[in-house]
Amino acid sequence: MHTSPAASTEHNPALRHHFASVEQQKNSASLGMWLFLVTEIMFFGGMFCAYLIYRLAHFNDFAAASSSLNIWLGAGNTVVLLLSSLTVVLAVNSAQRGKRKLLVFYLVATIVLGVTFLGVKAKEYHDKYVEHHIPGADFNFKEEHTAGHDELPPVNQQHAQMFFSLYFVMTGMHAIHMIIGVGLFAGLAVMAWKGRYDENYNTPVENAGLYWHFVDVVWIYLFPLLYLISRHH
Amino acid sequence: MASVTTIPERDNYLTNGYGIKSWLLTTDHKRIAMLYLASITFFFFIGGMFALLVRLELLTPEGDLLQADTYNKAFTMHGMIMVFFFLIPVVPAVLGNFLVPIMIGAKDLAFPRINLLSWYLYIIGGILITHCMLTGGVDTGWTFYTPYSTAFTNTKIIEAGLAAFVAGFSSIFTGLNFIVTVHRMRAPGMTWGRLPLFIWANYATSIIMILGTPVIAITIILVAAERLFHLGIFDPKLGGDPLLFQHLFWFYSHPAVYIMILPSMGVISEIITAFSRKRIFGYKFVALSSIGIAIIGFLVWAHHMFVSGMSLYAALIFSFLTYLVGVPSAIKVFNWTATLYKGSISYTTPMLYALGFIGLFLIGGLTGLFLASLGIDVHVTDTYFVVAHFHYVMVGSVLMAYLGGMHFWWPKISGRMYPEGWGRLAALIVFIGFNLTFFPQFVLGYLGMPRRYWQYKSEYQVLNIFSTAGATILGVGYVLPLIYFMWSMRYGKPATDNPWSAAGLEWMTSSPPPTFNFDETPVVNFEAYDYEHIKEKEVPVAH
Repeated sequence: MHTSPAASTEHNPALRHHFASVEQQKNSASLGMWLFLVTEIMFFGGMFCAYLIYRLAHFNDFAAASSSLNIWLGAGNTVVLLLSSLTVVLAVNSAQRGKRKLLVFYLVATIVLGVTFLGVKAKEYHDKYVEHHIPGADFNFKEEHTAGHDELPPVNQQHAQMFFSLYFVMTGMHAIHMIIGVGLFAGLAVMAWKGRYDENYNTPVENAGLYWHFVDVVWIYLFPLLYLISRHH
Repeated sequence: MASVTTIPERDNYLTNGYGIKSWLLTTDHKRIAMLYLASITFFFFIGGMFALLVRLELLTPEGDLLQADTYNKAFTMHGMIMVFFFLIPVVPAVLGNFLVPIMIGAKDLAFPRINLLSWYLYIIGGILITHCMLTGGVDTGWTFYTPYSTAFTNTKIIEAGLAAFVAGFSSIFTGLNFIVTVHRMRAPGMTWGRLPLFIWANYATSIIMILGTPVIAITIILVAAERLFHLGIFDPKLGGDPLLFQHLFWFYSHPAVYIMILPSMGVISEIITAFSRKRIFGYKFVALSSIGIAIIGFLVWAHHMFVSGMSLYAALIFSFLTYLVGVPSAIKVFNWTATLYKGSISYTTPMLYALGFIGLFLIGGLTGLFLASLGIDVHVTDTYFVVAHFHYVMVGSVLMAYLGGMHFWWPKISGRMYPEGWGRLAALIVFIGFNLTFFPQFVLGYLGMPRRYWQYKSEYQVLNIFSTAGATILGVGYVLPLIYFMWSMRYGKPATDNPWSAAGLEWMTSSPPPTFNFDETPVVNFEAYDYEHIKEKEVPVAH
C-alpha cells in the first residue's frame, strides 16, 4: 500500500510523489522561493544597517571615499543588470509558451549580461587595487577627489578605510550572488536545450528568475547608497 | 484507518529499507527526524560533558581542575554546542520533522530533499565544531563579543563561526520547509483553526528562523572579514563600533531563545490537553500567542545590553517591550492551568514532564521579568542570577518539553511502549536534579558571584557544591531515558495506534506510520482536541 505514489490524478513526470497535484507543487515551490528571498533580504539587511550607521557616524569621510568610485562604470553596470532583468522576464515568458529555442536564447543572453556585469566589477576592483583603496597595510586614500573643497575637513584614513571595507563586503556579497545566478542560468540553459521545460512545467525557470530579480534589486539599492548620494561635485 | 494490527505484520517507515544508504539518502521526513535524533543526542552528551567539566571545576573555590584558559574554552564549547547544535534544532528538527507532515495529513514536507540537505548541513557544522573543539577550541563565550573575538583572542574563531554559519542554514531550510508545508500541504478540511497547537508553535518558530538566522549569518561573515582582513567594522581601533556587533548578534540570538521555547510550548499544549482529556482552554489565544511571541520577541534584543553603554531611552523602551513579551507567555501558562482545571488528569510520564515544564518555565519566566527591569538588571548583570534564569528557560523548560514529547510520541515513533515506571522515575530525577543544580545559582548570583570565572570566593562554596551535586543527579536523569528508549526499541510492549486515546491525525495512522504516513489522504471533519467526542479508554498506567 505505501509504495504506490498517489500520482493518480495527473501523469506529469515532474510531479513528485508527495504532492497531490502539479498546481500544489508549483505553488509550494514558488512560496518557498519567496521565503528564501525574505531570508536574503534579512541577510543583506545586516550589511545595509551597518553601512547606514557608519555613514551617519562618519559622514564626510564616507562621502569623500564614495566620490572616488567610478560613477560611469557603476551606472553602466546598472543598465546591464536592468537589461538582464528584461531578458529574464522574456525567458520566463518563452518557457511558459513552450518556445524552446527562444528560451535558450534568452537564458544565454542573461548569462552574457551577468558575466559582463562581473567583468566590469572586476575592472572596478582592479582600479581600487591600483589606487591603494583596498583596506589593509597598503591603504592610502589621497584626497584628490575632494580637491577644491577647502571648506571640508581632511579625510580620516581610518574612516575612509571603513567605507571601502563595507564597499567590498557589500559588493562582494552581491557579486557572489551574481556568480551563483550565472551558474543557475547555465544549468537551466542546458536543461532547456534538452527540452525539459514547457507550458506544463517551468517552475525552475520562474524561480531562478525571481532570484535574479532579487539580486538586481539589491544592486538598485547598492548603487545609489555607495556611488550616488552626497557625492561632491 | 483504525488498524489494530501491530508492527511485525505491517510495513512502516522503519521497515522500508534497512541498508545504510536507505537512511543516509532518505527523503522521508520521519527517517530524517531519526537521523537528527541520533546526531542531536550525540551533541547533547558532548555539550553535557563540558557542562560537567565546568561544574566539577566549580566544586572548589580554587582553580584546581582546569586552568583559566581551559575553563574559558570549556564554558564556550558548552554554550556553542548546546545552543547551536542542541537547543535550537532539537524540538523542530526531531519532533517537528516527524510530526508536522503527519499532524496536517500530508505525505511529507514540501521539500523533502532540502530537508535532507538541512540534516547534512547540520552534520557539516557539527564536524566543524568538533574539529575546532579537538584542535584548540574557542574562548570567547558563545557570544563572540568584539573586539575580543576579532582582534585579541588567538583561538579558532573563524572555524567556530563557520560551524554556526552552516548550522544556521540548516535551521533556515527547516523553517522554510515548515512554513511552505503548513501553507500548502494541509489535508482537506484541515483549516487553520483546526491545526494542532504544536503546528502553530512550529510555524511561529519557523518565522523566527527565517527572519533571524540570516542576520547572524551576515554578522559572522563580518566578524570573519574583520578578523581575517582587518576590515574596520566592529573594532573601535579601526573606527568601528562594538555595540553594533552586540545589536546584530542579539537581534538573532534573543529570538533564538524563542526558537527554543516556542516549539516546546507546542509540545506542552499537546500533552496537557491529552492527559486532562479536555479541549485546550482558549485554543485561539494559545495559537495566536505563539505568533505574538514570535513578533514581540524580535523587539526585545537590546535587554542583553543594558550595561553596554546604550542610550538610557533605548534601554527604557527595550525594558518595556521585554515586559510586553511576558504577556503572550503568561497567556499560555494560564491557558494550560485552565485546561487542567476540572480535567481528568492522569499522571503519565509525559504529563509529569509537562507539569514540571510549567513549574520551571514559571520560575524562568518570572525571573526574566526581574532582569527586564533596569534597576535589578544592573545589579545582577553577568552574575549567576542570569545563568540560572536562562537555564531555567532554555534547559529546564526546553528539555522537559522535549523529553515529555519524546515519551508522548515514542509509541508512534518506534511502535513500542517505553517502561512507564522507569519513565516516571527519570522525570522525577530530572526535576529534582535540575532544581538542585540551578536554584542555588539564583542565590549565588544575587549574592554577587560573577559568571565565567574559574575561581570564586570561598563563601560561595556551599551553594556551588549543591549545584554540582544537582548536575550529577541531572546527568543520571538524562542518561536513563537514553537507556530505556534503546531497550524498548527491542523489548518494549508493542504500541497500539493510539495508546493514549489522544486526538490528532498522528494517532489515526498506524504505529509506526507507513512511509507515506496515511494509506489514503485523511479528510478532517472534526475540530482540534475534540476530547468530548473521543471515546475514553483506559489511559495506561505503570506496568
